[in-house]
Amino acid sequence: MPSIIDRDEMVYDVVIVGGGPAGLAASIRLKQLDPDISVCLLEKGSEIGAHILSGAVIDPRALDELLPDWRESDCPLIAVPVAENLHWYLTAKASYTLPHALMPPLMSNDGNFTCSLGSLCRWLAEKAEALGVEIFAGFPAAEVLYDAAGAVIGVQTGDMGVDHNGLPKADFQPGMNLKADYTLFCEGARGHLTKRVKARFDLEAECQPQVYGLGIKELWDIDPARHMKGRVIHTQGWPLNESGTWGGGFLYHQANNQVALGLVTALDYANPYVYPFEEFQRWKQHPAIRAVLEGGRRVAYGARVINEGGWQSVPQLSFPGGVLAGCSAGFVNVPRIKGTHTAMKSGMLAAEAVLRAIRSGRKQDRLVEYDRSVRSSWISLELQLVQNAQPLVTKWNDKLGTCLAGADMWLRTLFGFGLSRPMQHRSDASRLERGKKHRPIAYPRPDGAISFDRLTSVSYSFTNHEEDQPVHLRLRDCKVPIDLNLAVYAGPEERYCPAGVYEFVGQGEGAVGLQINAQNCLHCKTCDIKDPSQNIEWVCPEGGGGPNYPNM
Amino acid sequence: MKILVPVKRVIDYNVKPRVKSDGSGVDLANVKMSINPFDEIAVEEAIRIKEAGKATEIVVVSIGPAKAQDVLRSALAMGADRAILVETDADLEPLAVAKILKAIALEVAPDLVILGKQAIDDDSNQTGQMLAALLARPQGTFASKVDIDGGHVVVTREVDGGLETIRLTLPAIVTTDLRLNEPRYASLPNIMKAKKKPLEVRALADCGVDATPRLKVLRVTEPPVRAGGVKVADVDALVAILKEVGVA
Ligand SMILES: Cc1cc2nc3c(=O)[nH]c(=O)nc-3n(C[C@H](O)[C@H](O)[C@H](O)COP(=O)(O)OP(=O)(O)OC[C@H]3O[C@@H](n4cnc5c(N)ncnc54)[C@H](O)[C@@H]3O)c2cc1C
Ligand code: SF4
Repeated sequence: MPSIIDRDEMVYDVVIVGGGPAGLAASIRLKQLDPDISVCLLEKGSEIGAHILSGAVIDPRALDELLPDWRESDCPLIAVPVAENLHWYLTAKASYTLPHALMPPLMSNDGNFTCSLGSLCRWLAEKAEALGVEIFAGFPAAEVLYDAAGAVIGVQTGDMGVDHNGLPKADFQPGMNLKADYTLFCEGARGHLTKRVKARFDLEAECQPQVYGLGIKELWDIDPARHMKGRVIHTQGWPLNESGTWGGGFLYHQANNQVALGLVTALDYANPYVYPFEEFQRWKQHPAIRAVLEGGRRVAYGARVINEGGWQSVPQLSFPGGVLAGCSAGFVNVPRIKGTHTAMKSGMLAAEAVLRAIRSGRKQDRLVEYDRSVRSSWISLELQLVQNAQPLVTKWNDKLGTCLAGADMWLRTLFGFGLSRPMQHRSDASRLERGKKHRPIAYPRPDGAISFDRLTSVSYSFTNHEEDQPVHLRLRDCKVPIDLNLAVYAGPEERYCPAGVYEFVGQGEGAVGLQINAQNCLHCKTCDIKDPSQNIEWVCPEGGGGPNYPNM
Repeated sequence: MKILVPVKRVIDYNVKPRVKSDGSGVDLANVKMSINPFDEIAVEEAIRIKEAGKATEIVVVSIGPAKAQDVLRSALAMGADRAILVETDADLEPLAVAKILKAIALEVAPDLVILGKQAIDDDSNQTGQMLAALLARPQGTFASKVDIDGGHVVVTREVDGGLETIRLTLPAIVTTDLRLNEPRYASLPNIMKAKKKPLEVRALADCGVDATPRLKVLRVTEPPVRAGGVKVADVDALVAILKEVGVA
């Protein structure tokens, strides 16, 4: 790489990193408040929505505030209101419906809608562009730019046309410096720049570490006779409880005879033999799930992590020159598995704070008032009600944990206090135990109709990366995968990666090496989270690379 | 010298096409769409010719829905100078497309038209040839090399069993093959600039071309799924199976 690269530079009032619900809502709010403000939004996917993967049952609360007439428009959210809301407890052979009367009212899905979040984002992007937001898809923010005093002054987009050794190819295009008065980080769960600013400004000093779940999802066309538009089902228990892991499944009957279904596996699992992809395949084979899918065909596959730390893991949100919004900060209501409405609301609050600051002539300083406005908004009220649900389930597991979580949410709803003070988290990486303590898990072979193998599945994510480029999954120490992960932890990366990127392969004479098939990466971020010694760092590959989700 | 490059908006090459359940066509709802890869090669070639100082203007044209403006913007970001969209929601056949392109070519008066050899959605591979016939101009199809030489263009063609080099008198029609070049990335500054380049939208009706379909699609089906293989224990078992199916 030439040591001094001549980079173009552009100056905007605001630069937004990430075109998910948080970033798009922020951009729309900025332009609504001031049509003259210049806003640039960067998205690493080849188009808006290409990297969005969610359920999704969406609470329209934030959308009602942002675009109050959305119900009268062509917004894709309107198509399928939730008509029936079921909670199933699964055992290996049976399913039990949990009575609704036991569920705290906040768990209700009345007035919510089910739709692809990718489609909703594309619709939001059209609104944003019509208002004059400059959206650049296929251009990741690769580096944060700081001034001499250490404040964030913008980002640099990724270089294009760099070969696997890091040398420029004939079509080399240097990334560009985009400078701004304020930079909004809206990268979603485990954003790679968010991770850097969190560390640099010590934003997590006063909160619990963030923890995550890995959601693996498929979209199916099903037999119209089995389709019940608007029915949403959540499941608990089997198969994850067999390995002492927690998590849950979802199955949403959406428009056009399609169902969106997936299984979220909490990444705090201890047994390194847990194989989230195979757990999902097993779950689909449960008689109650299978009955929906039989005779249907799979349309798409993908995976993405979701924040599960709740309110106690929300970091400091502002720092000189920038703020975190949406899942970059982590506003997921864990028992409701919903983070879209809070992501949008936080984006809007960030926009409002930024605009007020710019109007009063400030720039590149810390927007403490944004921290305050989030902490006094309905985001905070909603998340505090459920803040012990996840830790109680982690601590007491499955049945007892669920009952305690329910009790805690009821107490908070009715009386304003819970069973205990905000409970603590430990990082997911630190939870993994040695292989010796556990026995390998035997998973059934795929039948090719309902369950599939991993590589075939990846082809349904339409993932593509330029082949000749540096590996974007960086190992801090290249000996760790063999000497530590394989020797002590039974090589967990071979199982937790939903795309089969990590493969231990024989290199002759008994030697084994780790092969990284980076082209298959789904950008789910699991490896960056779960590697036991945090040896793997996910960085942005060349722009436009990654999955091309149609409507996930 | 002016170059005209027609570009088509097609289903993205990374996407696995899915046939609609009623067999009427490929399902394009919520599917990623992009510039046809062969057309992208055509745009790149035109830009290289211009960069070599042998062309003065590159006009890109697309025939399709309003969203086809996106592929025109990509071509402008790569380096084309101006764009024309002939807007229609109809699914046009190659002959109709060729007739519309003829009307555009008569207006723009290019010395060279570079097209993709085919579009990856219907793989027709007809438009370039038909356009050459309608305009009564020489054609060099499946080009893997293009050289402008004064009033001529020398085209190396990929033909069965080798390469054929031909020399055409300009104005001429060229269609691109995969090996002609590797298209450049549009850089962010160029994408920003492309937003300001001229893009003219006109209705199909204004072209004075009869675009009524002449073909009827009876049915679209997916290719049969390949049956899974079997693992055999040893060579004898393999030979036995081969005999059984009559191969050995
Ligand atoms: C399996 C699963 C099911 C879920 N179900 C629901 C549900 O039913 N209801 C609900 O409300 N929520 C649900 N959620 C949560 C919801 O999806 C998230 O809370 C929400 O998407 C967060 O929005 P965001 O804008 O913060 O981030 P994201 O939606 O993750 O968007 C971030 C965007 O930024 C881009 N990006 C990241 N880094 C960069 C970079 N450096 N440069 C450029 N672009 C970048 C990404 O490509 C992405 O497009 C679910 C999540 C998962 C994983
Ligand atoms: S390599 Fe990492 S980020 Fe990519 S799919 Fe695998 S676990 Fe996810």
